[in-house]
Amino acid sequence: MVSQTTKIMIVVAALAALAIIVPNTNSFVILLATRALAFAILVMSLDILLGYTGLASLGQAAYLGVGAYMTAILATKYQFGLGYDFWLVVVFGILGGAALAAVFGLLAIRASGTYFLMITLALGQCVWGLAYRWNSLTGGDNGINLRQRPKFGIDLANEVTFFYLVFAFFAVSLLAMYVLVRSPFGRSLTGIREQELRMKILGYNTWLHKYIAFIIAGGFGGLSGVLWAHTAGIVSPENVVLTTSVDALLMAVLGGAGTLVGGVIGSFIVFGLREYLSTLVPWWQYVLGGVYVLTILYLPSGLMGIPERIRQRRLASSNKAADSKKLAAAS
Amino acid sequence: MTGNLLRRLKTVLLGGALAVGATATSAQQQEELRIGFLAPTTGIFAQIGKDMVDGFQMYLDEVKGDFGGVKVRLIVEDEQGKPDTAVTKVRKLILQDKVHMFVGGLLASTGYALAPESTSNKTVYVVSVAAADDLTQRDLPKYPYLIRTSWTSSQPHHPFGQWACEQGYKKIVAIGADYAFGYEVVGGFQRGFEACGGQIVQKIWPPLGTKDFGPYIPTIKADADAIFSLMVGPMALQFPKQLAAAGNKKPVLGGGTSYDEFVLPAMGDEVIGHVSPLQYSAALDTPKNAAFVKAYRTKYGKVPSYYSESNYTSAQMIHEVMKANKGKFPGPEAFVKQLNALKVDTIRGPVVIDEMRNPVQNIYIKKVEKKKMFGYEKDELWNTVIKTYPNVNQFGQFKKDEFLATPVYDRNYPPCKHC
Amino acid sequence: MNLNFWIIQTFNGISYGALLFLLGSGLSLIFGVMRIVNLSHGSYFMLGGYVALTVIWTTGSWALAIPAAALTIAVVGLVMERLFLRSDGFESVRNALIAIGIAVLISLAIGGWRTFAEVNWMQFIPVAAVAAIAVFFLLGRISVIAIEADPLRQVLLTVGFAFLFQQAALDIWTGNNFDINPPPALTQSIVIGGVYLPLYRAFMIAVALVIGLMLWLVMEKTRMGAAVRATVDDAQMARGVGVDTSRVSMFIFALGAFLAALGGVIGGAFLGIYPGLDFEILPLAFAVVIIGGMGSLGGAAIGALIVGLADNFGKALFPEISYFTLYAPMALILAVKPTGLFGRE
Repeated sequence: MVSQTTKIMIVVAALAALAIIVPNTNSFVILLATRALAFAILVMSLDILLGYTGLASLGQAAYLGVGAYMTAILATKYQFGLGYDFWLVVVFGILGGAALAAVFGLLAIRASGTYFLMITLALGQCVWGLAYRWNSLTGGDNGINLRQRPKFGIDLANEVTFFYLVFAFFAVSLLAMYVLVRSPFGRSLTGIREQELRMKILGYNTWLHKYIAFIIAGGFGGLSGVLWAHTAGIVSPENVVLTTSVDALLMAVLGGAGTLVGGVIGSFIVFGLREYLSTLVPWWQYVLGGVYVLTILYLPSGLMGIPERIRQRRLASSNKAADSKKLAAAS
Repeated sequence: MTGNLLRRLKTVLLGGALAVGATATSAQQQEELRIGFLAPTTGIFAQIGKDMVDGFQMYLDEVKGDFGGVKVRLIVEDEQGKPDTAVTKVRKLILQDKVHMFVGGLLASTGYALAPESTSNKTVYVVSVAAADDLTQRDLPKYPYLIRTSWTSSQPHHPFGQWACEQGYKKIVAIGADYAFGYEVVGGFQRGFEACGGQIVQKIWPPLGTKDFGPYIPTIKADADAIFSLMVGPMALQFPKQLAAAGNKKPVLGGGTSYDEFVLPAMGDEVIGHVSPLQYSAALDTPKNAAFVKAYRTKYGKVPSYYSESNYTSAQMIHEVMKANKGKFPGPEAFVKQLNALKVDTIRGPVVIDEMRNPVQNIYIKKVEKKKMFGYEKDELWNTVIKTYPNVNQFGQFKKDEFLATPVYDRNYPPCKHC
Repeated sequence: MNLNFWIIQTFNGISYGALLFLLGSGLSLIFGVMRIVNLSHGSYFMLGGYVALTVIWTTGSWALAIPAAALTIAVVGLVMERLFLRSDGFESVRNALIAIGIAVLISLAIGGWRTFAEVNWMQFIPVAAVAAIAVFFLLGRISVIAIEADPLRQVLLTVGFAFLFQQAALDIWTGNNFDINPPPALTQSIVIGGVYLPLYRAFMIAVALVIGLMLWLVMEKTRMGAAVRATVDDAQMARGVGVDTSRVSMFIFALGAFLAALGGVIGGAFLGIYPGLDFEILPLAFAVVIIGGMGSLGGAAIGALIVGLADNFGKALFPEISYFTLYAPMALILAVKPTGLFGRE
């Protein structure tokens, strides 16, 4: 087993490489990387629920939506958040996401497993419904165009500067979430995922733990929304539609749930396939669907689980003869 | 254990590898004219996207991909009918493919999202479909590299409102797709209609992409003389059918895209007699159009829609400019200027582009009829031209300065005074 | 807003609900029996419509298209369930299927072909064959980790399939918008006291009633129905008393796909058939199941009625918040009773 320090070193090295390589590529790649990073914050927030608490949410896009719509509405209707007050918008976005999660959590946390999946889907659709039809506020189907990015000492209209800003937010979020899941609180979340009943018996208020985790995830979702709004330059109901939530879930599982960085890898792969491969071949969706199907069938612990899979395979190879006999008998 | 390390590193660095590959391709720039083309080739508007690409491609094929001595490289990107996808794709075209210009964009909202990209990247945007009014009206100064070869949403509907008055209609109910294009079409019709004494007595806004009009049709006011509808994509097919099934007896008028040929062949006989305006009709009885319709139909198996014609003509206009420059791209400013000065005889009729960079062209009032045309054997639905308003500009019967002083048409503008 | 308005709107809402019942009842049963949230259910709806179109184009018969499409998609559902969601006994068939899929993509990539129309088959077939065989043997060496016990993975697997179906539909039927035209007799309207009631909508209600009745009879009166009910209540217990739950889940999955495809054919006449229909209709199917309670046939019927009416009146009366009026009550019901109105835990 690779030690924890080594793992951290690898992640830090990979991030450093990302920060150095990306700005030296062409600007389309910078744009894609920026998008993938902004979205990765949402995927990681979902991973706190999915990987560490055992709650699979199908409505995570709602929090991205709140952050993004807040940013867009403040910027276009009130010219707010385009200077140093951008930092206030960041705070508002986080609080907005957290507040929405605090409301939704009251409804959702009672359920578990598939029912949790369904209720978060329903709540996500509520947000979509409002974004889609509440024309006077959200612009409905047209969405809201953000015509400029904030300027405060630095000009975020520059793609490289903006990439670094998103990168910084991403790195800080990763660190914060890492600290969170390693904290005693995070450990009890994992405990709840594994053995909820036992944690209850041990005197933990499991509902409260889950509720707080849900709110924290919402807050990070809101943050990713603020960044997303300025990354994409347009906010529309497309950002809160069911498939966006599904995407986030798939990215987390693709990379490996319960690893945080797995979600980041998933985000990069899916953005790469969807927005880069789609410019090369028209059948990219087969690749995307195929990647999902194969990952789920063969790599339940995601790409991050590959080393583990290989080690298990080595261990199991001695039992293989017995296995294949059993197979033959079954077919 | 190093094996595991490498593997992890490799996965993380995959993005980087991708990036290096990308830089390599963009380095190869030859003497060619690179045109980025944005059309929805998947999703709900895929059919329209195909018409757009086919129209442009047909012209390219006719001139063998050669614009005045330079080879054209057409790079088609799928914008999926979503403004934010369009923005990503256009950046790919500009930043990676280094296109000289980009063409297309379907929805009005997509047009509004794409225009700022042309400004910030100093790349020509030839708006061949997206009809968003303000691109060539109040917002024009913001977009120096934008020029339109199609129409503004309200352009055909100003004279159409006038025409509706002449038919003796007094009260009309408007039902239109709930997004920028719908507002501008209905707004244009309302201004034209109310300027000559008509009254819009109700406005209904079903969301873009509505298929079940069950909830909306019964709310149509009974005392109206006629219904004005603006439908886009699959909506156009369902609305007349459901309206007829609900027992409607009122005359039906349609906005430009409601009875366009992209959907007309799939329609039933209930649409016979419905009237709509546009700058093109496949049934336009000119030798030029007859040849175009036949060639297009032979090649793609269907009658061209306005989306086909508009992109065919856009290709023609770009060709004209490139011809004058002997195949050398003159730079974005000069290109826009020269395209603006062009006077072309197109399939749809004579076209010049006004000082606000929007075409001045004929507007045809078209009535759906079932008949034989151009020597085809079967009885089919055609948009017969019943009246032509020649050389209509984007302000129609109104004065430019007064027009520009009023806000852009919106959900609530012009206000519904008679609702 | 006179009386006629209310009558027509109610009628429209009920008929829309009838369509949603066809879609939702299958989803509900699948959930009840297998605990799978099937996100490819919208795809069955869409594919059903497309297959019906093909049947209509080749035979000209609308009446034939209905059973043909529903049965075809039932087979698709059956294959999906047997090979992917329950992995016992068909590993080699599944591996062969995956191998062929991957091989096709590999050869497309190697040949640099953008679409199947461009493919040079003389080159394509050998490359694909070699790749398929190689991948097949490779897959044989990788063991699959059992998916039955993990609802989340099952859900995600169905999403993967939804993406694959979407692209396949685009390749086979192009992106054109189609419309299924029922016989002229059904496109008339009946006029009752000045109110026009489209006959086709009445037909939808009739179909839903007949199907609902048949489902109820199957569930209440047949051995299979009893086995299904036992499995919904408690799968483990059912297995204990000798119910072949594997067969039950196969049957239910095929039935669910059948019903969804049926809905696609019937609904195709007034919704049209176009790319993207799958994910547009899916949330509505979920609304039905969530409100009615998962695994309950009666619940699905009530849920469909509520959603149909809420959707219709919401759009007519409160256009600005119309979808909110649909999903907010749904979330509230769930919050109070997570298993839906008629669901059993």
